[in-house]
Amino acid sequence: MLKEISRRRFLGTGSAALAGTAIGAFGFDGVEDALAASIRPFKLAQTSETRNTCPYCSVGCGIIMYSKGADKAAGKLGTISFIDGDPDHPTNKGTLCPKGSGLLDFVNAETRTKYPMVRKPGSDKWERVTWDYALDRIARLMKDDRDANFIAKNQDGTTVNRWLSTGFLAASATTNETAWMTYKVVRSTGMLVFDNQARV
Amino acid sequence: MTNSWTDIKNTDLVLIMGGNAAEAHPCGFKWVTEAKANRGAKLIVVDPRYTRSASVADYYAPIRQGTDIAFLLGVIAYLIKNDKIQWEYTRNYTSAPLIVKEGFGYKDGLFTGYDESKRDYDRASWDYEFDEQGFAKVDPTLQHPRCVWNLLKEHVAQYTPETVSRICGTPKEAFLKIAEMIGETSAPDKVMTSMYALGWTQHSKGSQNIRCMAMLQLLLGNMGMMGGGMNALRGHSNIQGLTDLGLMSNLLPGYLTLATDREPDLETYMKTRGFKPMRPGQTSFWQNYKKFFVSFQKSMWGAAATAENQWGYDFLPKLDLPSYDVLRAFELMHQGKMNGYFCQGFNPLMSFPNKNKIRAALGKLKFLVVMDPLQTETARFWENHGEFNPSDPSKVQTEVFELPTTLFAEDEGSLTNSSRWLQWHWPGQDKRFEIRSDVWVVAQIFRRLKALYEKEGGAYPDAMKALTWEYANPDEPSPEELAREINGKVLEDVPDPADPSKKLLEKGKQVPAFAMLRDDGTTSSGNWIYCGCFTDAGNMMARRDNRDPSGLGVYQNWSFSWPANRRVLYNRASADLQGKPWDAKRSPIAWDGSKWSGPDIPDIAPTAKPDQVMPFIMTNEGVGRLFVRNMMKDGPFPVHYEPFESPVANVIAPKVRGNPAARVFKGDMEQFGDAKEFPYAAVTYRLTEHFHYWTKHNQVNAVMQPEFFVEISEELAREKGIQKGGWVRVDSARGFVKAKAVVTKRIKPMTCDGKTVHVVGIPIHWGFIGATKKGFGANSLTPFVGDANIETPEFKAFLVDIRADTGPATS
Amino acid sequence: MADIALELARQSATAGGITGALAPKDDFQVSKLIDTSKCIGCKACQVACLEWNDLREQVGVNTGVYDNPHDLTENTWTLIRFTEWDNTATGRLEWLIRKDGCMHCADPGCLKACPSPGAIVQYTNGIVDFNHSACIGCGYCIKGCPFNIPRISKTTEKAYKCTLCVDRVAVGQGPACAKACPTQAISFGTKAQMKQLAEKRVADLKSRGFDQAGLYDPPGVGGTHVMYVLHHNDRPQLYASLPDNPRISPVVELWKGAVKYAGIALMGVAALTGVLHHTVMGANRVTARDEEEGEKIQEGRK
Repeated sequence: MLKEISRRRFLGTGSAALAGTAIGAFGFDGVEDALAASIRPFKLAQTSETRNTCPYCSVGCGIIMYSKGADKAAGKLGTISFIDGDPDHPTNKGTLCPKGSGLLDFVNAETRTKYPMVRKPGSDKWERVTWDYALDRIARLMKDDRDANFIAKNQDGTTVNRWLSTGFLAASATTNETAWMTYKVVRSTGMLVFDNQARV
Repeated sequence: MTNSWTDIKNTDLVLIMGGNAAEAHPCGFKWVTEAKANRGAKLIVVDPRYTRSASVADYYAPIRQGTDIAFLLGVIAYLIKNDKIQWEYTRNYTSAPLIVKEGFGYKDGLFTGYDESKRDYDRASWDYEFDEQGFAKVDPTLQHPRCVWNLLKEHVAQYTPETVSRICGTPKEAFLKIAEMIGETSAPDKVMTSMYALGWTQHSKGSQNIRCMAMLQLLLGNMGMMGGGMNALRGHSNIQGLTDLGLMSNLLPGYLTLATDREPDLETYMKTRGFKPMRPGQTSFWQNYKKFFVSFQKSMWGAAATAENQWGYDFLPKLDLPSYDVLRAFELMHQGKMNGYFCQGFNPLMSFPNKNKIRAALGKLKFLVVMDPLQTETARFWENHGEFNPSDPSKVQTEVFELPTTLFAEDEGSLTNSSRWLQWHWPGQDKRFEIRSDVWVVAQIFRRLKALYEKEGGAYPDAMKALTWEYANPDEPSPEELAREINGKVLEDVPDPADPSKKLLEKGKQVPAFAMLRDDGTTSSGNWIYCGCFTDAGNMMARRDNRDPSGLGVYQNWSFSWPANRRVLYNRASADLQGKPWDAKRSPIAWDGSKWSGPDIPDIAPTAKPDQVMPFIMTNEGVGRLFVRNMMKDGPFPVHYEPFESPVANVIAPKVRGNPAARVFKGDMEQFGDAKEFPYAAVTYRLTEHFHYWTKHNQVNAVMQPEFFVEISEELAREKGIQKGGWVRVDSARGFVKAKAVVTKRIKPMTCDGKTVHVVGIPIHWGFIGATKKGFGANSLTPFVGDANIETPEFKAFLVDIRADTGPATS
Repeated sequence: MADIALELARQSATAGGITGALAPKDDFQVSKLIDTSKCIGCKACQVACLEWNDLREQVGVNTGVYDNPHDLTENTWTLIRFTEWDNTATGRLEWLIRKDGCMHCADPGCLKACPSPGAIVQYTNGIVDFNHSACIGCGYCIKGCPFNIPRISKTTEKAYKCTLCVDRVAVGQGPACAKACPTQAISFGTKAQMKQLAEKRVADLKSRGFDQAGLYDPPGVGGTHVMYVLHHNDRPQLYASLPDNPRISPVVELWKGAVKYAGIALMGVAALTGVLHHTVMGANRVTARDEEEGEKIQEGRK
């Protein structure tokens, strides 16, 4: 019978050379050479694992991210080198769809945003700016619009405290914690034009 | 989902209609293949296209898009005619015996109270007859002509198999075969699960599509059962969470609602939110509304929310309109009435209908802020990409910010999946470049805005000043701090009423469960339905115990399932009036003579006697609503309405165009096309190789489906001289796309009301940024109209024309 | 560990076998079972294969079908092939979806055709693998393969195909495609286990009206270490031209004989190369003419 050796048991031994060692133990000259030439080292050796959840659809598959260069003592998480399904997860049991199986390409997409950028009115190009510039400018634009258009009372004199000329479209894959932070901030400014991706 | 992904393995019959689970949710679909392989379950797929779900189905039937209600009402008519009803369940657990008041009526596609000029109803007549104590009258014998059962029977009678086939294009034999298979699950120990998604929601009557299926499931006794239920397969990883947390114009967290202009104070606000039970002895759970509302306000405003200021009632804005949903937002923007807009991880230029209108609307903003881990088309709406995005940057005056944010791999926190499981995750990689978390960005914007108000003064800064901000690092609150806040904590000691020397609740502790929330300001909770997710016992969302002692896919100690860690909603309905399970082999809970117990958390008070308190405690009636009173805008029963753009007239109400109660903005009505100019029935959808507009950025997914295409039948291809793999141009009344043609046997012409209807299938995933070939975006074509109740755009049914073409001018 | 450790059974172009090589061991034979009736054609296997093996494929175009890329390549070692079939017997459309890739034949035609010592190896567990340090890129393996699987890279001038994730199997894990497969249409275990699983699946399919359901484990190549459950096992060719009865071309059988008994040097090198050149450079599939010629030569030898 072929014993499926669990991923944990294998990685627990912490040996990249495990396969080689086992093969070497047989001690056949020709075999060893041929095997050494034909099998590449197991690529997940010497990586650290982190549990995460696939960010795409709502199945919420468990994933394991394998990182290289992590250094807990120095607070470094390293760089992810491979992602696959979490076999302990009750729903996906280690499997992943074609989107989930390609998550590493999402993390490393060439068209990821990297720096704060601004495009000025009428311009045909982006300009890289500092975070401070972007955030201060956004706060200024918000305040100017809010002060000009905030509605404290409606025509009947009822206090309504709403701001309709600026809106916020929230996400679909941010965490609940991000959503709560966003909720607090948006509502405290009186914004009503507020929606998320529930419908599309 | 009322049930969970893993629960699907308990089913006898899977109906995939209004969705395509194999393609959109492959790893969830695993549980369908499990049920098939291990229980001998059957799979039915009903869809305009023979999809990859259909490829592994036991039975597939075609249906014209936008006619699901006719099909489902036809099934209900079949069940009634053939006595395939779970009678004990229907009599006791549904509103079948309740009597509707005189004056209610339905004729030619319209209910009583319609005002054509307003496209709206006066819904006063859509209600029960009440007795002196305010309880709804009932006729347990179901003989009363105006009891819900008889009204339903009458309402569905016209949906005969012949009429269904005439409307839907589904062959009569196929419809009857499916109705028969569904009818078998009326046996108390047989269950069907309904798996649906945007195929049902993205219609001008989307809410009624789903409601219709829920009625069907009630009549079959499949709600609350393991392997049964209504299973909405949410599209995105945390759209369930975003909705639960109320990130919509008219919501507060936990499905509480924002006040309107007609509710100037808390007392008036609470008047319409009292939820008095409509039957004697019933539990109406929403009677706890005020406890949840006050606890929410304490989370928001802390000490500034007091009994004197009605718990900070005026800190929240009030609505002058039913909602400021995205369609209204872009309508206002298009009219030049908005100046600023934020997009957080969202790409509206590709996601919302009528792309040309969306692009023009964005160009009227003063500023647009996009926070996203990817370069989106929205952030680049002003760029010229030839036919793919014909903007002239020199004419666009919008100031646009693109702020780089983290994605899942660099972020920590919880996501709520379709099973309602809150699952915690951890980062596995350092933030590179100048990428920051969304929490940091939002906190920074807020703190800088607040500082400006502190320095300069300005319009009503009070709410911003009052907002709680008790974080160790005010510049970047931690996920754990925010999660604790969502759960809620005890603000003051609460003595035990039984023994005042003891404390019921102790100040500073996390609230253990929503049952402990109070309306006197002594507790806080950001979202009552998430209460219990982060208690003094720790972060329940991070639990990873994957044991399943019952073997029924419950996984009680895996993460946290809202509400109250319950895995199957309405599970009380899985047992009869004596509390005995309809099927002992698949029982979430049972009555042991004194209390409810089982592998799941009871969806009722643990000691509520089975013959006294009915299962559906979230309704005022205590039972499942077959007649929904005035709670939906477009009718207490579903009616078949054609899409706004339809190849045929409405067979049952020829004068009614679209859903008569759906909102249509001025100018958009004029942009609806008709079948003379645009003869083909179009539908948009996802493909399994891609996720929305994200994976087109991924090299490997770009390889799997590299280029935008549309799908048509061999018959239509022949008729129009279109070659397999050749270029086509597809036009609607709003715009055009150019795409490659996939010519397939999987789409076949249908006959509807004697007319041949050709379907044009249009996948959504391409844009002008990313690793794939550039593509147009299906939303160039789609109509700007939403569902009457919740404004989900009608992406699934509209009209187009198609012809062979030579390809895009630039590529 | 020892029961799954890799041991060599044979390798290409090595007269008399290799020192220390072991006979194939029935107990340790591994196998991948692909259940076409559970496959939803999602291509997770294709993505998982590219990601695990650090392969990069070109972004192509749409040619009017769902198959992408359009064929196996030096980077695409597995490919979902779609066939739309009108079943005239039932009057219903069937969308037959098959994951294509190396079948890991018990009697591998590629290994037999390969002229470079040690470039193709077979382990005692049944896995057939290419050793790129020894591969000379001649392409004979393609001709030797009754399933038309290996592909030569224009950049490296070497042949590539599925390794059955030999690096994963060596450490006790299944192949990356089997790990990913959302519906568990791909299973991995011992050949005996997979045959047992297939039996259960075939019974289920028969109960759903697929009377001809069965296991595809073609005897012409000694059986395979990648097997299919087919709804229509009487007509494998329906599934994107899966051979009904695959066998190694007689040309290759001849070549095998030549290596084994005489060695290249003793043969009429020019004549033999001529035959093989035609075999390799000619049509991808073995033509009737090839068969005929091969048989003639074999006749002549007798």
